[in-house]
Amino acid sequence: MENWQDFLLSHSEEGFINGAVLRTAAERFGKSLKMMEILSLQEGIIPRRYERNIGTISIEQQIKLLQSSCLIIGCGGLGGYILEELGRLGVGSITALDPDVFQESNLNRQLLANVENIGIAKVAAAQARILQINPAVDFHGRQEALDADNVANLLAGVDVVIDALDNFETRRVLLNACAQSQIPLVGGGIAGWYGIVYYSFQTSAALEAAFMGVHHTRGIEAELGNPPFIPALVASLESALVARLLIGNIQGKTAGKMFFIDLLDMSFEVFEV
Amino acid sequence: MKVKIKLFATLREGRFAEKDFLFDMPTKVIDVVRMLEIPEAEIALIFINGTHSSFDYPLRENDTLALFPPIGGG
Repeated sequence: MENWQDFLLSHSEEGFINGAVLRTAAERFGKSLKMMEILSLQEGIIPRRYERNIGTISIEQQIKLLQSSCLIIGCGGLGGYILEELGRLGVGSITALDPDVFQESNLNRQLLANVENIGIAKVAAAQARILQINPAVDFHGRQEALDADNVANLLAGVDVVIDALDNFETRRVLLNACAQSQIPLVGGGIAGWYGIVYYSFQTSAALEAAFMGVHHTRGIEAELGNPPFIPALVASLESALVARLLIGNIQGKTAGKMFFIDLLDMSFEVFEV
Repeated sequence: MKVKIKLFATLREGRFAEKDFLFDMPTKVIDVVRMLEIPEAEIALIFINGTHSSFDYPLRENDTLALFPPIGGG
């Protein structure tokens, strides 16, 4: 009987292979679709769905992404776009956490929200979306909030944690847990025309000040709201940082950075954190 | 003592985005905040020359002070 290597080679075209063939191979050889994609890449055959990733990243880096896991905390304005992008990029394992269901006020900016899923759990919509855009991803949705009781268990085995939260109280729980776990953290915040993005290998005084020092639950977003382009922009920056952390092209393992975005003067400022 | 002050986001309202100031006596960040009549609770982040700082920091010649409000939506 033909083995999987011969099957992949005989069904590839000029170094590429399509999804239908990979699904057939997964069934025939008793492997997951994700594993067939990894095996294919290891043979130097690129799944068509990742064709336009290659060039920005290498085949080896695509394999690394498929073998990586991340935890997205929040499936709202930021989380929806981050899930979309990391799913399409090919991050192999994604866990997403959100206790909420969709409300009408989410429709202006949350990618996963639509007029037909008001009242539906955000993680359920996330699950459905991942199946549509990249069924190779191992996705786990958890309809719960992050808290001091579940955070350690959630962080276990994760390569990068992503703060897509909308309140400071939960961010404090996350930052405290990350300080002990040494897992890289990528996060962001949005408010009106403004946004922040950060990555960190350890909780710093600046991150503590950004999210712990204020005696509020929320920031200026309470007064400014959030138009649709700002979560898309901040989420895309977070996704790019996650990708770079997973493939290992962010230098250093201690200092992090925080970026401030202002869409009124189209400026971008960088600070060490 | 010349100091550049940069205000971000809503802190600019009724004030400025970036301005140079001359102080003729020792000045801490908190003194600047009070001079600009910014309530302390409206400031989440203080950076001096790109590094995180605090209200107590004594400013020095040619420092750049950047102040940010809390931004936490998601």
